Amino acid sequence: MTRAAPANGHLAGAMEKPAAAGPHRSLWGDVWRQFRRHKGALTGLAVLGLVVAACTAGPWVYWHDPFASDLAARNLGMSLGHPFGTDNVGRDTLARVLIGGRISLAVGLAAMLLGVLIGTLVGVMSGFFKTLDGALMRLTDMFLALPLLPLLLVTIMLFRDSLRDMLGPEAGVFLMIVFVIGATSWMQTARVVRGEVLAVKAREFVVAAASIGTRRRNVVLRHILPNVMSPVMVSASLGVATAIITESALSFLGLGFPSDFPTWGRLLFDGQNAIELTPARVIWPGIMISVTVLSVNFIGDGLRDALDPKQRGR
Amino acid sequence: MTMGDAPLLSVAGLTTRFVTRDGVVHAVSDVGFELGRGECLGVVGESGSGKSVTMLSLLRLIPMPPGEIVSGSAVFDGEDLLALTDEALRRVRGGRIGFVFQDPMTSLNPVLTVEAQIVEALRVHGLGTREARRMRARELLELVGIPAPRERLRAYPHELSGGMRQRVMIAIALACAPPLIVADEPTTALDVTVQAQIVALVKELKRKLSTSIIWITHDLGVVAGLADRVVVMYAGQIVEEAPVRDLYKSPQHPYTRGLLASVPRADRKSSVLASIRGQPPSLDEAPASCAFAPRCDFVHERCRRENPRLARLPGGRRVACWWDLDKGGPRDA
Amino acid sequence: MARYLLRRTLAAIPTLLAISFVIFAILDLAPGDPTSSFPLSIPPEVREQYREALGFNDTFLVRYGKWLRQMTVDEPIALIEQSFGADAGSSRTRIQSWASRSPVMDTIAERLPQTLWVLGVSFLLGIAIAVPLGVVSAYRQYSLVDQLGTLASMVGYSVPTFFTGLVAIIVFSVWLGWFPSFYDTTHEVTDFASFVFQLRQMAMPVAVLALFNAAALSRFTRSSMLENLGEDYIRTARAKGVDERGVLLRHALRNSAIPIVTLIALQIPGIFAGAIITEQIFRINGLGQALISAINASDIPMVQTLTFIFAVLVVASNLLADVLYGLLDPRIRYE
Repeated sequence: MTRAAPANGHLAGAMEKPAAAGPHRSLWGDVWRQFRRHKGALTGLAVLGLVVAACTAGPWVYWHDPFASDLAARNLGMSLGHPFGTDNVGRDTLARVLIGGRISLAVGLAAMLLGVLIGTLVGVMSGFFKTLDGALMRLTDMFLALPLLPLLLVTIMLFRDSLRDMLGPEAGVFLMIVFVIGATSWMQTARVVRGEVLAVKAREFVVAAASIGTRRRNVVLRHILPNVMSPVMVSASLGVATAIITESALSFLGLGFPSDFPTWGRLLFDGQNAIELTPARVIWPGIMISVTVLSVNFIGDGLRDALDPKQRGR
Repeated sequence: MTMGDAPLLSVAGLTTRFVTRDGVVHAVSDVGFELGRGECLGVVGESGSGKSVTMLSLLRLIPMPPGEIVSGSAVFDGEDLLALTDEALRRVRGGRIGFVFQDPMTSLNPVLTVEAQIVEALRVHGLGTREARRMRARELLELVGIPAPRERLRAYPHELSGGMRQRVMIAIALACAPPLIVADEPTTALDVTVQAQIVALVKELKRKLSTSIIWITHDLGVVAGLADRVVVMYAGQIVEEAPVRDLYKSPQHPYTRGLLASVPRADRKSSVLASIRGQPPSLDEAPASCAFAPRCDFVHERCRRENPRLARLPGGRRVACWWDLDKGGPRDA
Repeated sequence: MARYLLRRTLAAIPTLLAISFVIFAILDLAPGDPTSSFPLSIPPEVREQYREALGFNDTFLVRYGKWLRQMTVDEPIALIEQSFGADAGSSRTRIQSWASRSPVMDTIAERLPQTLWVLGVSFLLGIAIAVPLGVVSAYRQYSLVDQLGTLASMVGYSVPTFFTGLVAIIVFSVWLGWFPSFYDTTHEVTDFASFVFQLRQMAMPVAVLALFNAAALSRFTRSSMLENLGEDYIRTARAKGVDERGVLLRHALRNSAIPIVTLIALQIPGIFAGAIITEQIFRINGLGQALISAINASDIPMVQTLTFIFAVLVVASNLLADVLYGLLDPRIRYE
């Protein structure tokens, strides 16, 4: 029996509109438009921008030196001269928060990049080459089953001194923490990427491209990667949040950056015993972490909504 | 419809629209019809014609943000469904009007057994004791032709075939012995052979139980064997209504004609599949002129100016068209 | 069903072995020495004997083998011996802490209750807050409750627990004086008054952890419920005459329960990580704190064992999640 018209769901039929023939809309234009609708994401973007600007430019502009101790001005509360107060050796807390921000943000970004890189690599290889799929997925599962925090602590304990000797205190600790966080946060990205690669691989245009002899490398680069980008981007933004929190947690437990690097987590570690005396030492770095992570999470949320094909382009 | 009997359902002026972020969709515009007791009404139209939304609106089963029922009345057995309170409506749903949906795989709860889902229909209407309900569930499965009902009761939807699941849906709809069953494209998602079985089952049930049925479909063939009367919908409005044989023998609306002509027949030779040219309209505006005009072979100036009203024709028929096909000229009305 | 369980359990064993190997290998690189806490006056030959006795000079594989056997055979036997007061006779070497020189498992057994109390209560409290909140948020999407709830969840899992813990101490202990800021682990509950005190001292760490757990879970509950509320069978339920409460609980939630319960099971390892931090802040004498001190003291056996136990927990909770998923979802039950 012939159908009078193709059936595609009665309610969907009622609510569909024929595609508007309007001006050409690019993919990223669409994404940005959708992103703009998400008020939380926009606020997050603005706040994050402010934080990054403050921590990058702040230390150049602000007059107090974060490393200069002034024993006469020890343990002061918040005042005009020291907006966030001072610590137990007279260092200005605001200056330390600003410069600590640089390190925390840099670690967050670098660790996330490493994690996303590893994850995407593993995911693409796993999805693309069936021979590697089984082994790589076992590896991912194993990493996922590892108790991360204990292992992180342990690895840091083990390698801190040797890395420090090799590369000098700053670079050594930075690299170690970035590596440690990156090497333990790639699994989620790998899984997501693998799923996308498998889905895209099955789609006709990839089979078509392969059938006309497109080299595999090109298939990956030109067809698969662009499609995989959206879940990776969402993953990446959330990865920054996790990386910042992990670095802070490590420093807070005393096993991250040492005292000469006032990352936000480290400031909390240093300040926790002086809570009754100078709560500002603990409150401000904590607020910075929270506000930064919250902004990043909102941005990630907005990205996820904006990249969701079901809500886009209508 | 036999003269003199009060209709079971009498719908008038039903208008439903959806207010979305991208604009308003006028899904149903000023629809009215009547259904007698024991009668089977076929509702035919393509996707987007508003046939489903009309029936869902009766029981307020459309999602109510974005959807809104702008106006209309639907008098069922003396009560206006559209004016009922939520609680009163809940009692009608399932209790007095049963619904059979299109896709039985997604329309059944995947984590509950068949028995649980049938019994639930009985329980929410306060029927019987637990034992009585289970017995009734078994009876219902037998009624809809499911073999080995005792085992099937304990099964989950994914363990049954498509045809079986649809029978379960019918059983659920019949559970409280409602006087009216609305079936929304119940065989569209099924294989052709299974389709035939379900249609045969429904015919049998109609005969046995004297239930009134509203059968929504886009498939003219199914309607022919099942319905007493047919209503044809296009772009959210009724364009023609007639007893089933009359509709097939002499369709009065150009759209109906086009539909019937596009069915390929084995007894006629043709090299090209006939189809209706053009596309159905977008429903973003309330109809101000004839919605079928862009695709009509008989279009003239009045069609583009005025939206045709449903006119009564002899033989219990109605048609909404400014062209009189029998006469071969514009309709005087 | 039983076969499914068995298969899953058996599959977990190689993972555990691999993890134990990785843990042992990583830690083996540690520059630690069991005699590092000895007073300097002890002569080097004695130290060397001690090291020898502890197997410090054996090769890697031998040490791994010994440790493995101790973990899987000796320790469980010792546990049984202790519980029943029996003595199976032959002397068995137990894993010894280099810092305290007493068996590692004894310390663990001693500290486990502290950790479990706080974790257990906060875990349950978190679920009790998150699931109803998620359900209501989904049902009344875009309402005030939903928007506030979403905001609260976002804040809840963006603010790190060590910060909320410290702020809680500042506000509730220092300024308001409602709760004690340090946890007294020797406190025993003997009567109602001491029970109240126990509640009071648990309140802050439990609240901090519970809120964090609840935040992520409530968002997940909400999105899962939203997905299920849009399904066709919900419309069927309404068409049958089921009231809104029935639709929400018996249909939507029953389906959402599958991923929610699975997620809850998967959150268990994260909670133990949270314990490490909370115990530091509130000075609770639990397993997390034991790990930190062991790390700082380079007490390798303690670190190895604790880390391995955490790993067992992760694998066990993954297994639990698998099993629960199989139990709750009839569609995958008989694979």
